[in-house]
Amino acid sequence: MVEIFGVPSQALFGQLLLGLINGSFYALLSLGLAVIFGMLNVINFTHGAQYMMGAFVAFLILQYLGLNYWFALVITPIVVGALGVLLERSLLQWLYKLDHLYGLLLTFGLALILEGVFRNYFGSSGLPYRVPDSLTGGYNLGFMFLPLYRAWVIVVSLVVCFGTWFVIERTKLGSYLRAATENPTLVNAFGVNVPRMITLTYGFGVGLAALAGVMAAPIYNVSPQMGAELIIVVFAVVVIGGMGSIMGAIVTGFGLGVVEGFTKVFYPEASNTVIFVIMALVLLVRPSGLFGRTA
Amino acid sequence: MTAITAQTDSVQAGQRASRSELVAFGLMVVVLIIAPLYVYPGFLMKALCFAMFACAFNLLIGYVGLLSFGHALYFGWAAYLAAHVAKVGTLQIPIPFVHVWLTIPLPAASPELALLVGTLTAALLGLIVGLLAIRRQGIYFAMITLALAQMMFLVAVQAKFTGGEDGIQGVPRGKLLGLIDLNNAITMYAFVVVIFLAVFLLIYRIINSPFGEVLKAIRENEPRAISLGYKTDRYKLAAFVLSAALAGLAGSTKALVLQIASLTDVNWPMSGEVVLMVLVGGLGTVFGPAVGAVIIIAMQNYLAQVGEWVTVIQGVIFVTCVLLFRRGVVGEIARLLRVRL
Repeated sequence: MVEIFGVPSQALFGQLLLGLINGSFYALLSLGLAVIFGMLNVINFTHGAQYMMGAFVAFLILQYLGLNYWFALVITPIVVGALGVLLERSLLQWLYKLDHLYGLLLTFGLALILEGVFRNYFGSSGLPYRVPDSLTGGYNLGFMFLPLYRAWVIVVSLVVCFGTWFVIERTKLGSYLRAATENPTLVNAFGVNVPRMITLTYGFGVGLAALAGVMAAPIYNVSPQMGAELIIVVFAVVVIGGMGSIMGAIVTGFGLGVVEGFTKVFYPEASNTVIFVIMALVLLVRPSGLFGRTA
Repeated sequence: MTAITAQTDSVQAGQRASRSELVAFGLMVVVLIIAPLYVYPGFLMKALCFAMFACAFNLLIGYVGLLSFGHALYFGWAAYLAAHVAKVGTLQIPIPFVHVWLTIPLPAASPELALLVGTLTAALLGLIVGLLAIRRQGIYFAMITLALAQMMFLVAVQAKFTGGEDGIQGVPRGKLLGLIDLNNAITMYAFVVVIFLAVFLLIYRIINSPFGEVLKAIRENEPRAISLGYKTDRYKLAAFVLSAALAGLAGSTKALVLQIASLTDVNWPMSGEVVLMVLVGGLGTVFGPAVGAVIIIAMQNYLAQVGEWVTVIQGVIFVTCVLLFRRGVVGEIARLLRVRL
């Protein structure tokens, strides 16, 4: 067996792959948070719950409508995103003029409601969701075994992340969005419907979380509390990367997932705290975050 | 940070307490004295511990405008240390990088030592977290405090002395200064009331001191406070450590009252709960946090049979308070009566 740094290569690459998987979810979620924060100035604490809802919607439409993973991949982000739009119109929009902290508190309350409701109906134990047949199995790469589904998750999230980056940084629509982030009043005066743009941005960010939830369903079990702890780690990711840059969110997300994976190999005791430790170090060295603009 | 305050108070530093505050304080003391005749003292003591916790939290959010979303860290870790000192006594602290344990021999079952160690632990943790968190403002401050609290929660899960899922159970209350037996419900209640009133008056003193005036100035307009020559970071850090230490005192007292320290005390829902208490009672009011704590603890007690729905109800209260009821109970009363509370 091949060894690298005294660690069997199977274990090393296996954890690297796991790290990339976690990194995919960190990147998708922190990307959504960054986009939402840019437009709404609200830190969406409900993001974890919406990720969880994504997984549950996938589970439920399979259970009751017989719609498989591929349908879920398309339907779920739309359904959960639409619920997000409803939420923004009914509750969030009243808070934009207030201190940002109220947005955090409101979305925290919503997260409690959603997670509580799902726990009541589905219990705390996880529900299994099968990997779709066409994505089962995997390849033996010689130095490691690559399960097909995991490779798929990494590829999809890379495509979605860079697609989002492209739309925001390189298209006309994205330029409106960036302009509205800088100065909503002026963009509104130019005839762009900024309130609608804000609503759709929230829906899009929520949709990203739901998409992550669908992809997570076959890897982790579908459970009501799957989002709560993840969202706290994602907050740390956001603090490390800084929310100023889309690319920053993507790179930080994947990078930290990999770091976490390697920690599992070399110092497993610290694997679930390493991201927080990195956050503390970044705060000491570069308080505005790796990609953050100094505010 | 102006919008976060429920009411603006324009009292001058050193001015005497307003009559409304004196009346309300008198009323509170009377209620505390006669309440054990009507209500189960165990419930009262628990409510008082959380009232202390909420008051300590309000010092930060109500008067400096800083939202710490990780105050369970100080509450929970202080509870662990206090419970450990009360039960075992001897402290063993690992020294990083060299595999040596620093052993501090302390007697077990000494409540005053337990409270002291718990409070000091919280102050130290508050200092470390504060130094990191005040490097960022607003929303980031909340996320950093939450993330560091989560990290220390995970440490508590792994550490041996915390007893993992079981927590530290059967914490002895012991004898105060070796004289007063705290196993008696009435003496314990009196002890908790004294601590609560001391914390309450200390916080009242702080927010009405010149130091407190600077804190409020930072809350209203930090750049202005900086331009006036105040080193606002130091003021914020001092307030943070004070708040953490008092939250620690609350947690330590809770460990003696309920005779248990567990993961619930140190986990993130606890951080959310204390925000909720202060929000319900009234941000930036003197009496609000205590009232909010009593309301939330009473609600949990009476709704215990509905199980998981408690979380949902708490969420609904959160949403309602943020959208419609930002002044909180005491804030609304103060506005209706046109007094300061």
